[in-house]
Amino acid sequence: MSVDGLTHHISSRYNEELQHLLSDVLGMGALVERQLVQAMGGITEPDEAVITRVAQDEVQVNRMERQIDEECSRILATRSPTASDLRLIITILKAITDLERIGDEGEKIAAIAARLAMRERPRNRYRELRNLGEVVISMVHDTLDAFARHDTTLALEVLRRDRAVDEEYEGIHRQSITFMMEDPRAIRRALDVMWVVRSLERIGDHAKNICEHLIYMVHGRDVRHTRIEEIERELGSRAQAARIAGVAASAPLGSAALMAVPMPRTSVPATGK
Amino acid sequence: MANPTDFMPRSAPVRTESNRTTSHAHGGAHVPGIDDSAIVPIRPSGRGLAVSVDETRRSAALKAPVKARADELSFYYGEYQALKSLSMEIREKQVTALIGPSGCGKSTFLRCFNRMHDLTPGSRYEGRILLHPEEIDLVSREVDPIEVRMRIGMVFQKPNPFPKSIFENVAYGLRIRGMRSRIRIQEEVEKALRGAALWDEAKDRLDSSALSLSGGQQQRLCIARALATSPEILLFDEPTSALDPIATARIEELIAALREQVTVLIVTHNMQQAARVSDYTAFMYLGELIEFDETPKIFTNPGKKATEDYITGRYG
Repeated sequence: MSVDGLTHHISSRYNEELQHLLSDVLGMGALVERQLVQAMGGITEPDEAVITRVAQDEVQVNRMERQIDEECSRILATRSPTASDLRLIITILKAITDLERIGDEGEKIAAIAARLAMRERPRNRYRELRNLGEVVISMVHDTLDAFARHDTTLALEVLRRDRAVDEEYEGIHRQSITFMMEDPRAIRRALDVMWVVRSLERIGDHAKNICEHLIYMVHGRDVRHTRIEEIERELGSRAQAARIAGVAASAPLGSAALMAVPMPRTSVPATGK
Repeated sequence: MANPTDFMPRSAPVRTESNRTTSHAHGGAHVPGIDDSAIVPIRPSGRGLAVSVDETRRSAALKAPVKARADELSFYYGEYQALKSLSMEIREKQVTALIGPSGCGKSTFLRCFNRMHDLTPGSRYEGRILLHPEEIDLVSREVDPIEVRMRIGMVFQKPNPFPKSIFENVAYGLRIRGMRSRIRIQEEVEKALRGAALWDEAKDRLDSSALSLSGGQQQRLCIARALATSPEILLFDEPTSALDPIATARIEELIAALREQVTVLIVTHNMQQAARVSDYTAFMYLGELIEFDETPKIFTNPGKKATEDYITGRYG
């Protein structure tokens, strides 16, 4: 399926419903991304008020989750969607759960950030968290981009990045244990770091889930619990088969036409002020 | 790792014969004293569960033997070619749905199965429809259409009972077949009416006119009439388009139950109906078979864009 396929229903009202739904999901995603950016901003620079702002967004995110859920139920009941439309609705229903949980984790990070703001900061100013945070924020950002453009090449790239995040998580984990053993006074700081790293790792997993749902939506192939190499091989051969058969049932990977289709996305300030 | 038996107490849970079998079924080597029945084998391919279930179901469905096979079947109304070299297999005791826009040839195709076109002036068949296991060519001029219709029954869009009693409607086909025994006929009529889920409603009024029944009941009577001659294939041409939702649900239930005894081929404009009642779905367009696959596959992830556009209500 392709993005512009959404607008080709005989019923123009159905087109509008699906487009609204998709832009609502992207709007919700943008809010969640903002929560995460703000929370991590609070880790980098002391900011006691960060938790208030993130919590405000959380209220909005929860409201949108329920609203999108309701709209999906309504479309299922009234439109009996099939094939790519059905996969779109299923994917959205699953993806918003992951998005909402990313928001929850963002709120947890913000709470820790607010606490850290009141304490003395370490010399490296939590550099390890900043690096990991940047990777995870980029994953969430690219997940939303991939979703907007139905870009499974980008989704695969996010899956690959999640592996790196998991490795980094293990690394920081070991490092923290070493710090704690060397100096018991470091335990408090090490634990704070661990909580944030844990949340970031969870967010990476949620982004990965959304990307897997997206691949299902575009190619109709359930790739959960499958190795990345295998997914790549299969999607590659599918795209090739589709090209040979001359059908556009599954969008060719990295198709320039798809990249060129802009989708409405709520703009979000990139900084966490 | 050390041998687990080294530190396991001898009083470890006694393994029964049954859980021993389970552990062997997992293919893992049994370690004495360790309850390995909960150990899930690692899939060598590293694939997810969804794939395996899908493949199992697919291979099970493909086990159904072929009941009929269209072999490069073409059909012409005079100069106009309505079917274009169509090849397809109909599986025994499965429901196959034919979908497609008006004029795509699905009804024409269905009607070929019991030679409904024979009297259309200027019409002509090419290719074959082989009825298994004997491989009789249903569209061959040498095969008697009456014989074909005995083995392949048909139910039409609008209920068309004979203007006779309920009993006579069903008994008619039996008499034509040469059945004379009144008791046998009574038995067969009851069996057919039960098979069409009409017996309970009609048993006390078998002598009433068939036209006194409701539309849904009339349609079930037509199904009973078709069932009476024990056909091997039942053809349904939009059997519920003239019925209300309750009567439609009854007919759909009936089609699902009929699958136990007969192969069903159904033409429907209602795609949700095709999705609900059929095992296989064929999508036709402009006289050609575009895609044929298991119904869940067609409705969740069709292989062709034309199919996708049709079932999702897009213009191609």
